[in-house]
Amino acid sequence: MSDTALDITLTVNGETVSERVDARKTLVDFLREDLALTGSHVGCEHGVCGTCTVRVNGDIVRGCLMLAVQCDGATVETVEGLSDSGEIADLQAAFEQRNALQCGYCTPGMLATAQDLLKRAQASRQVPSRDEIREHLSGNYCRCTGYHAIVDAVEAVALARVGGEQ
Amino acid sequence: MKITDDSPPVLTALDRPNSYIGRSVPRPNLKRLTQGRGQYVSDVALPRMAHVAFVRSPHAHARIVSIATEAAKKSRGVIAVVTGAELAKVMTPWVGVLTHLKGLKSAPQYAIAVERACWQGEAVCAVVARTRAEAEDGCELVDVTYEPLPAVVDPETALDPGTPVIHPSIVDNLCFERKLDVGAVDKAFAESDAVVETTFVCGRHTGVTNEPRACVADWNEGEQRMTVYHGTQAPHMMQDLFAKHLGLVHTQVRVLTKDVGGSFGIKVHTYADEMATVALSKLLKRPVKFVADRLESFVTDIHARDHRIKAKIGVKNDGTITAFEIDDLTGIGPYSVYPRTSGIEANQVVNLVGGPYTCPNYRAQARVVFTNKNVMCQYRAVGHPIAVAVTEGLVEQAAAKIGMDPLELRRRNLIADDAYPTQSAAGLKFEKLSHHEALAHLDSMMNYAGLRAEQARYRAQGIHRGIGFASFIEVTNPSAAFYGVGGARITSQDGATVKLDAQGAVVVQTGVTEQGQGAEAVVAQCVASSFGVPIDKVRVITGDTDNTPYGGGTWASRAAGIGGEASWQAGKALRANVLAVAGAMLQAKPEDLDIRNGVVVDKATGNERLPLEELARVAYFRPDTLPAGIQAELMVTRHYVPRAWPFAFTNGIQASYLEVDTDTGFVKLLKHWCVEDCGTIINPQLVDEQIRGGVVQGIGAALFEQCLYDERGQMLNGTMADYLVPMAVEMPDIECGHVVSPTADSELGAKGAGEAGTAGAPASVMNAINDALRPLGAATLTDMPFTPEKILRALGKV
Repeated sequence: MSDTALDITLTVNGETVSERVDARKTLVDFLREDLALTGSHVGCEHGVCGTCTVRVNGDIVRGCLMLAVQCDGATVETVEGLSDSGEIADLQAAFEQRNALQCGYCTPGMLATAQDLLKRAQASRQVPSRDEIREHLSGNYCRCTGYHAIVDAVEAVALARVGGEQ
Repeated sequence: MKITDDSPPVLTALDRPNSYIGRSVPRPNLKRLTQGRGQYVSDVALPRMAHVAFVRSPHAHARIVSIATEAAKKSRGVIAVVTGAELAKVMTPWVGVLTHLKGLKSAPQYAIAVERACWQGEAVCAVVARTRAEAEDGCELVDVTYEPLPAVVDPETALDPGTPVIHPSIVDNLCFERKLDVGAVDKAFAESDAVVETTFVCGRHTGVTNEPRACVADWNEGEQRMTVYHGTQAPHMMQDLFAKHLGLVHTQVRVLTKDVGGSFGIKVHTYADEMATVALSKLLKRPVKFVADRLESFVTDIHARDHRIKAKIGVKNDGTITAFEIDDLTGIGPYSVYPRTSGIEANQVVNLVGGPYTCPNYRAQARVVFTNKNVMCQYRAVGHPIAVAVTEGLVEQAAAKIGMDPLELRRRNLIADDAYPTQSAAGLKFEKLSHHEALAHLDSMMNYAGLRAEQARYRAQGIHRGIGFASFIEVTNPSAAFYGVGGARITSQDGATVKLDAQGAVVVQTGVTEQGQGAEAVVAQCVASSFGVPIDKVRVITGDTDNTPYGGGTWASRAAGIGGEASWQAGKALRANVLAVAGAMLQAKPEDLDIRNGVVVDKATGNERLPLEELARVAYFRPDTLPAGIQAELMVTRHYVPRAWPFAFTNGIQASYLEVDTDTGFVKLLKHWCVEDCGTIINPQLVDEQIRGGVVQGIGAALFEQCLYDERGQMLNGTMADYLVPMAVEMPDIECGHVVSPTADSELGAKGAGEAGTAGAPASVMNAINDALRPLGAATLTDMPFTPEKILRALGKV
């Protein structure tokens, strides 16, 4: 039952947000329903499909496996924030150019997961292999593309980002 | 990998000066989606919107004795609790039959079960509340008393005299039966040098769209109109059905389809819970939203492919295939799904087996029976993956039996490329296919000889790799022969309306829909090319029954071939109208003018004469300056439906290269190839991505996906943790190749490409696994999905 509601304050895409939320409400439902950030999607609600992937305190998490009340004091970033800041502009452009999305429903989560890998690649100055890209994306379900185009897009961005620094 | 975004066009009459036909232009709607700014039905929120959740039967078959709703009605936030009997006063039931599938029968199905629940997951009561969570709270308080009834779960015994009949009103558990006997089958088998007889099993699986089914129904009591935001493939079909079963007329129903999170045939059917949502909105006079959760999806999204096929092939020592014979049995759940029916899949299997080959002798039987499991219906590549697995599985087993290379055996039996027009033993009419050219292309693309040598080298090291093939044909661009002739109000024609706006840009409204496959891009390419503007001057509107021409939407690989042609013709018609105005303005003959890159030019010299923006300004704001008698018609509509052929068949061949770990039974996919022929290629990138996505969906069926049921009709793996889908790490890179045999039925010549990948992938993977294991003396694997356990059993290791 939803008798218990708590007040939380957190930073979402750079904005401070204070809301009263049901204790049982997941982070992704909070983002979608309370903040109208509908770019984060709900696919399986049990942590398998990765569609609800968002960034909390810099780490990618499943928005369906975390409660909103656990995010009190946290910094949350969604695809809307990642888009508006320009952080993933090159990755988005590669997805568009390579048609690495069809229905687009998995895309926000896929981009967040790919950006996580790309940041590590930049830090280590190592371009991930196609197998490593596939491995890293394997918590994100895409029914449309067959993944090949997504791997191409992520690989191209990795080469551009890391290659550009070498 | 370097991204290249264009392929050199191979053009004919379609090669207008600024043609986009054959170019990989990016889809116009992608930025919205990459930024998370799409609008899926799941995202829709309306004033006063309520949410519905359903109490669903935990039994496969049960009489509903009583439903106590008082406690739920008092639950916080609950607005209404509605049973099937109450909802039946608002919405009539339906029966999923088609007259051209002779003898097909089914029983009336209600939006919410009345008296009996016939599968685990069927809705028996609706709870409407302020939020979905509160609606689910209410569901927990609904007390349903069931009297469990015997469940029919095994298709093999569904027709036995001792098996209970699910619907007493329709005599037995037989939904549909078809028999076919062509040529001299018995004689052909008797004259064969080798006969292979085996049984294929395709696992029941489902679409697992990333966005579950969703609709928001908004009945406006003041307007007496229903607006349904619906994640569907066929808005006009749904408009007709909502109207029919609510007692409304079409003008009272508007279906809006914006972004849809994956469809694949899952979202082209009538779902009881969606019909209930629409009826609830009418009942409650306010918007009601339903979004299936993942568990609901697994037990209510249509399932497909649950077939057992006894099959037989005869072959001569020279490789000539003498005969095919199949006996197909499929259990489709308790109802034939409305309005497309659940007889089509088995009918397709009968139609398609043996389809690529010249063999004239073919006997088939298919029986479609009712069971108390979730309903089955048409899912991407309807029947094709089954028929191709049967045909190609038989072909490769026959090749092995007579010691012939599997590609060579195909070369000796595939219909010759110069034999068209022709037809198959089952009577399918082929305008123009290219089996041999496709096979030759595949052979060189994959370096078949080199791969065989590599396979042998690995074999010597105890590493067991396999190569498997699948030739296939695919039904695309369906005419009215698919559904219309059977009485279903599902249109096969489609339309496009194009308008020159007041700034010289073009707005297109079309009846085909965007499910992510790129229909909007294809339509924009066609209009931009035939009219003559840069593609960024074309805006495409889809998915709105108030504002698009009447059309069928997206199914059976029809959007590009049919919607594309309508768009192409509409663009041409608008060009003629614009040039008539331009001729009057420029005192030139319209036939001496053309539109190129958004400018009216002299056709002969290409010299610019008049920007479209200027023409539009005059036509809309200063028509008084045009000569008398000149009325600018800057909005035109054209429709198209294939007439010369009932279907535009396509063809192709796939190959799988994989490695089997004989200790663990795991299969590692190394590479996959597909060469297909979808006629004129409008957008090479989109075609390739349809192929790749389709291949992976087929691989899922071959290796992972199955809806498992126990003997009580309970689905055992209705979560994504238990029902396995292909993820990135298990999938191979997929190389695509093309042969181009345009259809002469349309000016564009495009056939469909959406299902070819799914059609051939399971068979090629199956054949590759058996190719890897055959030298080890393993039993031939024919029971999909090929799990590690089945592979180890075939090897005799468990």
